[in-house]
Parts: sequence; structure tokens; C-alpha cells
Amino acid sequence: MRIGVITYPGSLDDRDAQRAIKLAGGTPVPLWHADSSLKKVDAVVLPGGFSYGDYLRCGAIAAQAPATKEVVKLANQGLPVLGICNGFQVLVEAHLLPGGLIRNEHQHFICRDQKLRVENNQTAWTNLFEKDQEITIPLKNGEGGYIATPDTLKMLEEENRVVFRYLELNPNGSMNDIAGLTNERGNVVGLMPHPEHAVEPGFGPDRPEAMRSGIDGLSFFQSVLKQLVSS
Amino acid sequence: MPKIIVEIMPKQDLLDPPGKAVAGALHRFGLKEISAVRIGKRIELHYDRPITEKDIESAKEQAKSFLSNDVIEDVVKVSVED
Amino acid sequence: MFWKKEKPSGVDTVLNASQDPNKEQPWKELGLKEDEYQKIKSILGRRPTSSELAMYSVMWSEHCSYKSSKIYLRQFGEKVTPEMKKHLMVGMGENAGVVDIGEGLAVTFKVESHNHPSYIEPFQGAATGVGGIVRDILAMGARPVAVMDQLRFGAANHPDTARVMNGVVSGISFYGNCLGLPNIGGETVFDSVYQGNPLVNALGIGALKHEDLKLAKASNKGDLVILFGARTGADGIGGVSVLASESFDSTGPTKRPAVQVGDPFAEKVLIECCLELFHSGTVAGIQDLGGAGISCATSELASNGGMGMKVQLKNVLLRDEKLTPEEILMSESQERMCAIVPKKKLKDFQKIVEKWEVEYSVLGEVIAEDRLYINWGKEEIVNVPPRTVAHDGPVYERPVAYPKYQDALNADSSKKLKRAENETELATQIMQLIASPNQADKSWVTSQYDKFVMGNTALAMPDDAGMIRINEETGLGVALSTDANGKYCYLDPYEGARLALAESYRNVAVTGAVPRAVTNCLNFGSPENPEVMWQFKQATAGLADACKELGIPVTGGNVSFYNQTGDQAIYPTPVVGVLGVIDNVARRIPSGWQDDGNNIYLLGTNYDELDGSAWAKDIHDHLGGKPPKLDLNKERKLAELIHGASIQGLIESAHDLSEGGLAVAVIEASLRFNVGCRIWLGELMERDNLDKTAALFSESQSRVIVTVGREDDVKFQALCEARGVPVLRIGVTDKESNAIDIKDIAKLELSQIKSAWQTPLVA
Repeated sequence: MRIGVITYPGSLDDRDAQRAIKLAGGTPVPLWHADSSLKKVDAVVLPGGFSYGDYLRCGAIAAQAPATKEVVKLANQGLPVLGICNGFQVLVEAHLLPGGLIRNEHQHFICRDQKLRVENNQTAWTNLFEKDQEITIPLKNGEGGYIATPDTLKMLEEENRVVFRYLELNPNGSMNDIAGLTNERGNVVGLMPHPEHAVEPGFGPDRPEAMRSGIDGLSFFQSVLKQLVSS
Repeated sequence: MPKIIVEIMPKQDLLDPPGKAVAGALHRFGLKEISAVRIGKRIELHYDRPITEKDIESAKEQAKSFLSNDVIEDVVKVSVED
Repeated sequence: MFWKKEKPSGVDTVLNASQDPNKEQPWKELGLKEDEYQKIKSILGRRPTSSELAMYSVMWSEHCSYKSSKIYLRQFGEKVTPEMKKHLMVGMGENAGVVDIGEGLAVTFKVESHNHPSYIEPFQGAATGVGGIVRDILAMGARPVAVMDQLRFGAANHPDTARVMNGVVSGISFYGNCLGLPNIGGETVFDSVYQGNPLVNALGIGALKHEDLKLAKASNKGDLVILFGARTGADGIGGVSVLASESFDSTGPTKRPAVQVGDPFAEKVLIECCLELFHSGTVAGIQDLGGAGISCATSELASNGGMGMKVQLKNVLLRDEKLTPEEILMSESQERMCAIVPKKKLKDFQKIVEKWEVEYSVLGEVIAEDRLYINWGKEEIVNVPPRTVAHDGPVYERPVAYPKYQDALNADSSKKLKRAENETELATQIMQLIASPNQADKSWVTSQYDKFVMGNTALAMPDDAGMIRINEETGLGVALSTDANGKYCYLDPYEGARLALAESYRNVAVTGAVPRAVTNCLNFGSPENPEVMWQFKQATAGLADACKELGIPVTGGNVSFYNQTGDQAIYPTPVVGVLGVIDNVARRIPSGWQDDGNNIYLLGTNYDELDGSAWAKDIHDHLGGKPPKLDLNKERKLAELIHGASIQGLIESAHDLSEGGLAVAVIEASLRFNVGCRIWLGELMERDNLDKTAALFSESQSRVIVTVGREDDVKFQALCEARGVPVLRIGVTDKESNAIDIKDIAKLELSQIKSAWQTPLVA
């Protein structure tokens, strides 16, 4: 199974996303922002970073890239898409997911191991999790505050489109402690934390059992592979 | 050189953390009469020939679709300056 | 600007210079001394043009030419054995040192200062400091893989400290995170001595295959000289000579010269673009533009290659069309590189920079003459021998004087200070120490840095050294630590520098890595002050001697002088960074324990040494006496023991003892994973003849606490004995208790300690 990872100027965690795909058993395919061809990949990851330096608005310029436009087209046809951090911002700017992402409430960049609850395990990227499973994923951002109108929030909650919720601590002031969302169909998922940093034993978040042993992120990539294989 | 000015502000009812932080700072300087601060953007589009009606229309389009994110921002003004 | 006042109708050309030799020139305002100005005239055989004057003034400034420090820095290259040079691929004098780490791989690393700009504009000063060191790493042909920062601010409770600290930390966070480089460690220190002169040092690390190594030289006639990256603007004009060569006048108006503004996105793009250029074989030589901008790049590339250059300055892409040629030459606009590209590779070069949307312009070409010619349109404005600009700057032998205060300072021992008389007092003092800003939790700073990006961070703060995996297949990695103790150096600069090296060496060793190379950033007061010069002389000798004794070479570094306000110089603060190699990062050792019921051992010998300690400062506001004694032989034996034990998998955790002594070390190790312990010091006090205060707070060197699994006790102790390292069981880890219980001294709840420890540095 081939999973594309788009590199925009300023993308940072693209190679980490490629590593995660490889560890999950997939074949990572590097994609260039200026190419409108997605090389017939089976799924796409929009990685973390500071595409275009976060200029104008985070993800705003990347959302206009030829590769992004192709992702929008194919996502509307069911292609699984995962937007991580800056990738989530791109999905929001490209209107594949509702709402907006603004500066962290406390005004600082924050890097921490974040506890999350998986509230929707029916998406392409979360089908290997138990409902309401608690996971720990590294979080690192300065503009991670999720905002939306009351109507949008109501809709998201009622339709169970909140995929991840912050537990123990809301690190950025996101409304309703929303850490990640999905679209109506469940093929597009965006989240602020970084699952690709919790895939390799020894390099993930700390666990009480052993230092840096957390690999909850691996299930994201294994989930999409499972879905692709069975479909 | 003529330019088109696009002014963008965060939507009224949404959170504006930078604005909030600046208001806090101004209060700490003793300026408690300032009840709120909101921070937006001013974008200048420079042209090296006179500006036409078409340019203004096009700028308004770009302002709405790209220069601002209409989920979280409003274009409050598009004007011409010399 | 000076020239705008007296600018002639045209540009000051070489022709003008030979025709009106007696023209008044602002050499003094540009930071040159009279004899230096005369020397330039004698080199050129005429007065310099204003462009040449600009070039010389910047390149001969303290910051660029190291004129006051050169005679002492030589020791780092001289006090070296062939054994020490074994792994050294590139030594001092290049953009950064390069060390072979095995498997055909090498690591380049260096630490640099950006002190003065960070006081003026903390955010941009710190941000561009990161940008600058990363470009130095990139210029060696390496992919930058991590950064670290060493910060020293004024008193924690002083109102101006917040301004500087907030700006600096945000700046480093902003730039480093946007570049996608994990920040894996550093230091944050508070002392009123740095109030008007904060220190912001930044360290960069890069990885490369041996064959990827690049040098900053232009060696072939006809090769093109290409400037690429950001456009050139008015950033930092005169920054180098104006700022770094003058101390701040505490009564004068705030200086606000043009500071550099950084664009990390541009640098990230530049990094990817450069790496693609390097790997495609398009580039023969590469130099980054930092202090002295184009003046530096052109003269250094030419001089290093033993060649010359012909440059058309009008080809430089400008952000501001109003810049004069002198300003263009002096500009310190960020995110620019200069490449030497063989003509036949130009098309390949263009293709790659265009892909990354990076702007470039061909400035000229390499010539086979010992001359640097720069034209402004048709007029020649610079015609100099490049060596004289880049390398043959003045060399000073500044006067040195033993400080008048030194003897009294050294006689003022901490022995006279009152010690705690009962357990309550001891417990209070322990809490006071752990809650003091220098020992407190630095998470407020470090959580603003990304430590995960690139997925190869094996260790980062709060562990004793940062560790990066370099080879994902084999696990080969490197560990880095940076340390300095200004107080020790103030008491004895020679010993203080040795102690900084020892601490850094020890911090690397406790992670399981083997120390291999050194970098340094020497932060001192004004070199025009003979007492400061004495401190510098002593410190460099101490460091060079210690490096030789430990067998690890200095690969490069930086000197920052003029860190003083009026007469108040900072403590001599040589920051020493040690790089170590580990065959597999899976073997890494954290600085605190996680498992229950493991024995805690104290390695090393303990003496009653409280002079210059955190206890003396934080409890009694005292600084005097002599720093702890150091036996580098003991350090080496200790490091080798830990390495040997680690290979056998015997060590669960290891933490070195430094500021705050055993008390602080035990607390830090417990808080690492929130696991308490029971400690008993009776045996220690008896064996080493110490009272409770000395046992808890002494800062004797060459000591480490380790935890070892019960099943490995016998093996471990035997290993220590065989290697002659004193070992004493002083406690056991205790998960259930949630406390640190030091028998007959204090029982402290973990939550209580944690709360006190975290309070000082909360936004």
C-alpha cells in the first residue's frame, strides 16, 4: 500500500511521517507541492511543519498548492487523508474540515506529551483503536487553538465528528478541548498532535513502564493500511 | 505608486488571543479605560500602473478567498491609496 | 550613516583614492584604531576607498578578527597530541569543526555567541543567533540535526530580566522550531552580574557522510561566485564593529543600530536547497554570510583557496535599492550563502535553486591572482589582497594584570559561613536551594522548544546531555553537553575553565557516550581591561591544558569580548561543549531512576568544598574562596567506568553532581520520573569526614550517582573496585513513598519539592 506525504516549502515532519508509514508496513511516497499528480497513492498525509513560514495564516498558502487541490478533489471521492498539525491547518484552510486554528491561548509554543481520548474509531485512521481509548501523543505547536462557531461545534458534537479530545490539560485553548476532527465521510482526519513521533520504541513519549516507549501513533498508520487492504 | 489596501480583522465573536494579550499589557501600563483590543492585518497590493475597476474587483475576490479565511476573519475594507 | 553626510557626487573609487590621498575618513567611527588605519594605507600603498575602509573595519573588528584573543587561542592548536587528532577531520579556523564518528559518518558542531544583539533586541538577537550557527553547520556540507542554547540572564526578580528572557526564549523557539531542528539541551542561569550583559550562546550540530564535507574555499580559476538566498537589505549595518567592540554605557541613551531580522522559513528552504546542491556535485566551495556579510564571504573564500576574485557588486539582489556600495558590503542580512560553482555546473545550479524558489545572482568569478577586485558598475571600488582582509588582521598582545581583588577574594573562604544546626534548618536549606532560580525547573523554557522533530532525539532536557541518533540503521549516535560556571571562573579562571570542561565531559559520560571533541564559547569582559585579559589568558590556558590531559581536542569555537557595562564586567564565562560518541543510542542512560527498589550508589570522593557553591550563594549570598579541586585522572577513570558498566547493561540511571551538590542531584534524579528514594549519609560522612552540610551541598568534582538493578550489584561494585573508583551505596529507590527521605536530615514529600521546584520559572 502506497501512502503519499506532501512536502511543502517549510514542511518539517515529512520525513518523520514517511518513517511512520514504513514502520507500519506501508510504502511511503514523497510528493512535491507543485505537482498536481499524486502518483496514484492509496492515501495521503499532510505533515507537520511551518509551510511557507506560516505566512498570511498557517496553511493558507499551502492550501492553494496544486498538490493540495488534487487532494481536495480525491478526498471528496473517498481518498483517506491525514492532516497532522500544519497539515490539519491546511485541511481547514482548504475547507475539507470546518472551523479555524489560531494562536495558542497562552501565547507560547508548547512541546509536551499529550493525553488524548479517541472518541471516534470509525474513521480511516482510527479503526484500530477502542472507543474512548486513552493514548499519549507528542504535541508541539504555537497555533493549535481550535475555534468554530457555536453552530459548527454543535454539529461536530452531534455528528460525532470529534475524533480526539485533549485530556488532563488543554494545551492551547481549543474549544471543547477538540484535538482532532473528521469529515462527514470519515476518510479525512486532522489533528494537532503528532502521531508520527510515537511510532518507534525508544523515541516516543515516556510511559511509566519505560522511558520513550510510547508507540500509540503507530495505530494511525496501521489503521489506514488495514482499511485499504480490506476495501 | 498606487496601491490597493485590504484590511482584515478576526471575526467579531471569535477569540483573539493576541488582542487579549495586548489588552492585558495595556491595562498593566495603567490604561484601564481601554476595554478591549482586537488585532487584524493590513495588506498592501502594489501596482506599477494606474489602478482600474477590474483590479479592485479582483482584489476583493482575492481578499475574500485567499487573503482572509472567511471562517475566522472578515474583510472590513478594500480601498485605493496613492 | 557616515557616508551620507559626506558622500561625494559619485562613489568613492580606487581612482579617487589614489588621487586625493588626504581625504578625511571616518575610520574612528567605524571602530578602527589610528595604527590600524595606517596599516591599511601601507598595505594598499594609498588611502582606502570608503568601501575598502568599510571592509577592513568590519573584518578587523574584534568579533571577526579575534585580534585580542588570537595569541591565546593558538594553544588549542598547539597543546595537541597526534592521538587527539585521530578523529579530527576539520579543526579550528573553518566554519565548524568536523569529527569522524565511524561508519563513514562525521558530525560537525560549534557554539557561538550573539550576546550584544540579544540585549538590544532579545527576540531577533537570539533568533538570528540560531540562524547564524545553523548556517555555519550547513556550510560544512552537513544536514543540521540539532541545536542547544546556553543562556545567562540577570537576577531572576529584576524587571528587565523578564524582557530579555521572554524575548530570547521566544526568539530561539521561533527560529529553531521553524527550521525543524530539535533543541536537545543547554543551560539557563541567573546572576545579577549578567544584568546589562545577558549571554546568548547557540550551538549547532550537523551530520554528514565523510565524502560530503565541504570547505569555504575558491580554488579554481574561472569558477563562478554566486550569492544566493535572501536579498540584501540594511540589516545590521555596522552591527559587527559597532556593537561587539563597545561595551554598553549604562548612563547613555539606548543604542539602536540596525539589528538583523531573521526569517527561519527562508533558512529552512535554503537548507534543503543547499543539501540538494551539495549532493548533486554542483558546488565546489561554500561559505555562509554572517558577521561582515559579503566582505567576509568574498575575502575568505578567495583567501582560503589561495586565489583571488573579481566581483560586480551591482549584481547583488537588493531589498532596498537605496543602499550604497559600502552598505551592501557591510550588510548582515540573514539567510544568505555564497557558492563557488564551476561554469559547467551553472545550469544544474540554476535548476535546483529555481525548484526551491531561491533567488541567486552571479557576482563574479575566481581569478588566479592574489587580489580581490570589486566593481560598482564600471568603477573599481575595491582592490585589495584578500588575505589582508580575511586573515592578516591585527594581532594584539593586550596588557595583562593580576586583579587587585583576587587575593582578598580567594582568602574570603566559605568556611566562615554559618552552617545549619538542626534538621529543620537543613530541610529548609534544601528546599531553598531547589527553589532557587538556578536550580529550579527549566521547563518553562524548554517546553517552548520542539525536541521531537526528525525523530532521532534519544535524550534531551532534563537529561545531562542531549543525544541524537545519527545512523538510523545501526543506532550510532552522539551526545552533547555544554557547561560553564562563571562563579568558579571568577574565583580562579584557570581552574574554572578546567572545571567547565570536566563538567561537560562528565555530563556526556553519564549518558553512556565516550567524549571525543570540544567546542567553546569564551564570554568575557573588555579586553582593554588588563584584569579581564588576565582572566582570559588563564582560562584559555586552563582549557587547553585540560583538553590535552583528557585527550580531547578543541575543534573550534567563538570569543565574545566586551561583555561589560561601564566598569562592571561579567564573570569570565567560558562555555565548554563536549561531544561524545555512542555506538548505539539504545544504550543511552537517563539522568533519573524509574524502577523501584534499585540501589543508589555514589561514585567518587567527597570533600568539604563549599566555596563558590550554590549553597554559599543562595543561602548566604557569598562568593569567595577557591573553586573545588579537580583531578582529571579521576574524571577519566569515572567516565571509563560508566562506559564499561553501560556496555554490560549494569546502569539504569546516572546523574552527575554539580551545583547544589548531592542534595540537588538526588532531587533531580527523583523528579526525573517522579520516583522517590531513601538516602542515608552516615557512612559517607564517616568515610570522607564530612558534616551534614558538606555531605549535602559540597560541590566536589568527579562524582556521579547511579542506580543499579539488585541483580547487578555485585558485578557493578566489583567493576568499580577493579577500576579504582570509590563507590558507596547511599540509598535505594522507593516508588511507594512518594518522598525523598534522607535519614536524620529531612523527609520531603515529592509533591512538595516538585511544587517548590516548578514555581520560580512559571510565566
